[in-house]
Amino acid sequence: MSVYKLTYLEVRVRKSLGVLAGIGAVSLVLAACGSTPDDGGATTAAPSPTDTTAAPSPVLPPVKACMISDAGGFDDRSFNETAFLGLEAAKAEYGIETLALESGSDADYQPNINQAIQQDCSLVITVGFLLGDATEAAATANPSVDFSIVDYAYEAPPENLQGLVYATEQSSFVAGYLAAGMTETGTVGTYGGIPIPSVTSFMSGFYQGVQYYNEAKGTDVDVLGWDPTDPEKGTYAGGFDDQNQGKQIAKNFIQQGADIIFPVAGPVGLGSAAEAQANDGVSIIWVDTDGCISASQYCDVFLTSVMKGIDASVKASIGAVVDGTFSNELYVGTLANGGTKIAPYNEFDAAVPAELKAEVEQVTADIVSGTITVTP
Amino acid sequence: MSEPSTPSTGLSGSKTEDTLHPGTEPPDSLTGELRRRVLSINLAVTLLAFVLALAIGAVLIAASAPSVIESLGYFFARPFDTFAAVFNSVYSAYSALFQGALLDVNELREGDVSAAFYPLSETFTVSAPLILAGLAVAIPFRAGLFNIGAQGQMAFAAIGGGLVGFGLSLPAGVHLLASLAAAMVFGALWAGLVGLLKAKTGAHEVITTIMLNYIAIYLLGWVLNQDWFQREGRNDPISPILNESATFPLIFGGGLRIHFGILFSIGAVIVVWWMMTKTTTGFRIQTVGANAAAARTAGMNVGRIWIVAMLWAGAMAGLAVSMNVNGTDKVVTAGIVGNIGFDAITVALLGRGSPFGVLAAGLLIGGLRAGGLAMQASTGTPIDIVLVLQALIVLFIAAPALVRAVFRLRGKTADSLTIAKGWGS
Repeated sequence: MSVYKLTYLEVRVRKSLGVLAGIGAVSLVLAACGSTPDDGGATTAAPSPTDTTAAPSPVLPPVKACMISDAGGFDDRSFNETAFLGLEAAKAEYGIETLALESGSDADYQPNINQAIQQDCSLVITVGFLLGDATEAAATANPSVDFSIVDYAYEAPPENLQGLVYATEQSSFVAGYLAAGMTETGTVGTYGGIPIPSVTSFMSGFYQGVQYYNEAKGTDVDVLGWDPTDPEKGTYAGGFDDQNQGKQIAKNFIQQGADIIFPVAGPVGLGSAAEAQANDGVSIIWVDTDGCISASQYCDVFLTSVMKGIDASVKASIGAVVDGTFSNELYVGTLANGGTKIAPYNEFDAAVPAELKAEVEQVTADIVSGTITVTP
Repeated sequence: MSEPSTPSTGLSGSKTEDTLHPGTEPPDSLTGELRRRVLSINLAVTLLAFVLALAIGAVLIAASAPSVIESLGYFFARPFDTFAAVFNSVYSAYSALFQGALLDVNELREGDVSAAFYPLSETFTVSAPLILAGLAVAIPFRAGLFNIGAQGQMAFAAIGGGLVGFGLSLPAGVHLLASLAAAMVFGALWAGLVGLLKAKTGAHEVITTIMLNYIAIYLLGWVLNQDWFQREGRNDPISPILNESATFPLIFGGGLRIHFGILFSIGAVIVVWWMMTKTTTGFRIQTVGANAAAARTAGMNVGRIWIVAMLWAGAMAGLAVSMNVNGTDKVVTAGIVGNIGFDAITVALLGRGSPFGVLAAGLLIGGLRAGGLAMQASTGTPIDIVLVLQALIVLFIAAPALVRAVFRLRGKTADSLTIAKGWGS
């Protein structure tokens, strides 16, 4: 979600720091004096005004994948960054040329897409729903270029435009099953940022996973914060940036006996993680990314994480262009194609019984095979 | 309006006097000082500030270029490699920047006229809102007010302009004008509130504009999630697309984004110039800015003139956001204002508060922005460099002594030591 925006000053400061980091990199390199390249002056005298990502091989593959960030930039530690990792992975695997264009504000989306087209990109990947209109307009105006967009689905996309969305209810189902198996108190909790489908699909899947465990084991694990009859009646923080809300909700859940909490509210969940650290025996299931990487200071309370495989979807989309199989059919990230999954247990690896681990594997396999169906 | 019964001289305005007569601002307050300094800067300093910023930008470009970093690894074995890499990275980045702002020479050689003029079209498109927002800062500046609130005024104006733009169906042309008028009225109301607070209570406009920015931006965010403003079938904050009758037509079309809004922004520059130099309102604004106490002694209603200046500012901010709402984007989103309201401060300072100065500065900053995207695309230089250039230009303009020292110009160096002397003391 890009609902939480950095303030102007924060963005400026962060960006300036980036430039300073560049200077730092130079001094580092200065310190470690290397040797000259073997191939004479080839690397030095050849100016490359048109392309900085030129592959070393003389014959370039025809595909050039270009990515345009939203105003958050590629260093947002969130979905822009994850999408960029997918681009890098595709570059490494397919040996294609890539170009990453950062947007400084919403006004940069249209011109950046135009720049990508002028740079002869064969696939333009835009990141986030904010670029939805601009991408559709560009796809219609440039039928010879392929487009895909992260986290956005069109009802009737043009033939050269693919939406990339994620069936996060599947991985949340697995997390719910795991939580039900791990709870000591018999109560788990979940809450969201605001009741929109991209949030409630996590909560709903989590609830279904717990219910599946209850049916299979004859237990009665309770889920706080979710009402299967009306998504609006669940627990919501009201936004995606107030960590105090996350702390307060966690406190309430813990008072009601919950010992595993699944926040679906971006950074708000950090407040819950802090509260979990202050309470023995309470753990958190993180959302979107592997919490032990993105918020490593709370790794000791992260049972696992429900990951949105934006990088996998980007790579799949590029792969389709490379193979010549690209179509406007909506990409849905599932457990089967790696477009959503649960993270490793990390520090909880020893705490999760081997039997439960095997059951989690089985549930995953059953969802992949269709034996278990999960609704969003 | 609290007119003081005995006119204050202002020059010796003590604390108690300020509290008693909130309208009396001593001439050496933060805003007054900044105003005096900015207006006294000559063109040479402005241009040299630009040159100096480009020079420092060159260092940053070289420092972040992979080829330079690589060749530095064996600097002592073959130092010339590093110099060549530095030259190449800076040259290619700046040539891409300037070509991306003015004219694509390669496309011109290939005979694709439309593509060749794409950069110029972009520069004008990006400049249009910057120029108008720059006016929104420059007009109050002339009256001795520092309007940091163009951002909020634009956000609030977007609500009005958007509502009329997608909510009504009117004939083409009339609809566009109605939408622009709504945006201008909304912007003027939001800014007028600042003038009113200043005139009635003495609340410092820097504080109130910053606070009203937050209120307007969150208000826009809230509105975008309401059924009557959110696009049907969408759960993210976005308005319906504006009716075509409420949008600026493209001037050339064919992939060039330049639209007729740019003519409105140039027209606004002329109107504001006329207002400032040829009308009593303009004369009053300038007089109050030069010395509020003297203006009051001369019988001017200072508070009212502040309000008038802010109303003009808000209307310009409203027109500025219309360049995006009715021009390029044709939709209202939470990020519709971007950073334009803050960039406007740069534009106004760079333009030394004069309408034509703002026009030139807006085109310059707009050109840098448009060129920055082209530079990023063709050389991989981060667009952040453009933000750094912009910040450096402001820095050097705010510290003319520095520029004079670097270029060994004669000047009143002792006069230019500090700008901030604290709040109104």
